[in-house]
Amino acid sequence: MTSNDSENKGYKSYLEEDGGRKGIFKWILSTDHKRIALLYLYSMMVWFTVGVVLGLLMKLELIAPGQTIMGPQSYNATFTVHGVIMIFLIVIPGLPAVFGNFMLPIQIGAKDVAFPRLNLLSWYIYVLGSILVILSLFGNGPPDTGWTFYAPYSFKTGTNMLPAALGAFVLGFSSILTGLNFIVTIHRMRAPGMTWFKMPLFTWTLYGTGWIQLLATPIIGITLLMVAGDRILGIGFFDPAKGGDPLLYQHLFWIYSHPAVYIMILPAMGVISEIIPTFSKKTIFGYKAIVLSTLAIAFVGYFVWGHHMFTSGMSGTALYTFSILTFLVAIPSAIKVFNWISTMHQGSISTDIPFLWAASFIFVFLIGGLTGLVVGALATDVHLHDTAFVVAHFHFIVFGGVGFAFFGAIHYWFPKIFGRMYDKSWAKTGWIIFFVGFVTLYGPMFYLGMIGMPRRYFDYLDEFHGPNIVSTLGALVMIAGLLIILTNLIKAARHGEKTTEMNPWGGTNLEWQIPTPPPLENFDEIPVIEKATYKYD
Amino acid sequence: MSDTSHHIVPYSTYGLILLLLLVLTGTSVAVTQIELTKWSTAVALLLAGTKSAFVLAIFMHLKFDQKIFRIMAVLIILLLASVIIITFLDYAFR
Ligand code: HEM
Ligand SMILES: [Cu+2]
Repeated sequence: MTSNDSENKGYKSYLEEDGGRKGIFKWILSTDHKRIALLYLYSMMVWFTVGVVLGLLMKLELIAPGQTIMGPQSYNATFTVHGVIMIFLIVIPGLPAVFGNFMLPIQIGAKDVAFPRLNLLSWYIYVLGSILVILSLFGNGPPDTGWTFYAPYSFKTGTNMLPAALGAFVLGFSSILTGLNFIVTIHRMRAPGMTWFKMPLFTWTLYGTGWIQLLATPIIGITLLMVAGDRILGIGFFDPAKGGDPLLYQHLFWIYSHPAVYIMILPAMGVISEIIPTFSKKTIFGYKAIVLSTLAIAFVGYFVWGHHMFTSGMSGTALYTFSILTFLVAIPSAIKVFNWISTMHQGSISTDIPFLWAASFIFVFLIGGLTGLVVGALATDVHLHDTAFVVAHFHFIVFGGVGFAFFGAIHYWFPKIFGRMYDKSWAKTGWIIFFVGFVTLYGPMFYLGMIGMPRRYFDYLDEFHGPNIVSTLGALVMIAGLLIILTNLIKAARHGEKTTEMNPWGGTNLEWQIPTPPPLENFDEIPVIEKATYKYD
Repeated sequence: MSDTSHHIVPYSTYGLILLLLLVLTGTSVAVTQIELTKWSTAVALLLAGTKSAFVLAIFMHLKFDQKIFRIMAVLIILLLASVIIITFLDYAFR
């Protein structure tokens, strides 16, 4: 551990460097991309806890038919706020804001992002947006429209729709500014020799994501303003009584929100593309194919939004166009899966905890992606739309995909970020319990959807009882796993065994070639890159 | 960036473009008097698109900027245009 050790004279890590500020100001006034990343991490952990509690309440309500712990109105509010928190506060910003902020400048050999102050401002905007969302819980009663805010109900409901929609609007700015910052950073701040095709794959996915954030997010902003216009001023964009069109709302909403699912999943794929080669000790298979499929997904993902509207009454021409395009987007996703598997093939795999998360990611992502095709086909979607099947599909892919990648990422980069190590055996215990709970929770929902259980109701027919019990038990198991994982990590961040090992996993990116934890500006001298990354031997 | 790309646009050009924009705005108001049925959106977008092209090229100096930025802007506009066209696969055939 000699040459791999960064314990040396006179170097101060970013965690010790406080810019002359005290207490909390060390954090909330710092423009260091690494501290901002942690600001996001901590704020997200708070909202995530709230979101999980709301999710658990729904599962408890569904443990038996009839009213169990809440009535219909509370149930509607619960799934709405759960959805808004999880989508807008957690999975959309999640990976880019936390790990993108921390790793992107390091991975391309830069001292910070291109606009550090704008970066801090994005975090403040994020906090403002999240407070608005939380405020919607008070007053006239929490919103009950679902996270999709579909018109005409969204401009008619008497509940607190506006603060939630305004919150999503504000959060959009945070997302746009982060995307812009990353695009400019990647274009302008790469170290000498860091050519486009030498860039780490996580950075590449952040680049694709940045463009979606920049170009798609304004559309949801405008759309939510239009709903506000309908609500406050009675304009009638979406009101058929005034010549408006409710379907226009669905178009506009999904023109953003489908690309947004790629904002979520692309960086997750990036994380997996980092973890797999590191723990297989093999060059990533088909680097260029992965890069190109990233860009293809970002691009084609713009044109498939209509698959959320197959049963809404679109024209036949639109129906089959969207269905064909939806099938196309599955191709680049499948390419990535083949590349990951081929990377592992004949590698010397070590089953450390980040690898376990990555491998289980591939498993749940496959199920999520393939069931996406089931609902992407016109005929089957008519049967499955608005049933528990769709809920299972997107939880497999959003929670299974993004969530597993997030946990993989935190276990992978944890020693680098905190300069401490977690307990590896507890990490594995937490993972297996979580994984089993996850599949037990969402698996039965596929079946329930197929036999016809609709989503978004607090009650159901007796014939759906059995699988619902299994599902709720799964939720309890999963939350037990989650508690183990989080306790282990929080304990480790505070009192874990200190480490200064630069490269604990044997990775090849630049983040493994700087001290642990990194110094304030990452590099003493901007490195000159000669060799492509992902080269072992 | 290097300071080779400083291009100074005379005020008269700005004035001319402003006039052009006003004329086009007038046109898009006037055109609503004609019954274009399902083409009315296309015409409105075309006129608005022309106006923004002038703003981008002259006021925002895209015309004098590096080629890569021009390419990016064009690609983004194409993307937006495709999204709008695909939306009208619904409206035009419903
Ligand atoms: C192979 C790729 C995918 C295909 C073909 C696909 C297809 C679909 C389809 C057709 C629906 C609508 C089903 C219905 O409402 O009847 C849907 C819903 C959904 N998908 Fe996917 N999907 C894919 C990947 C993803 C990814 C990567 C994510 C997120 C990371 C995602 C997130 C969602 C969400 C959140 C919904 C539900 C929205 C709602 O109604 O609340 N999907 N998907
Ligand atoms: Cu979609």
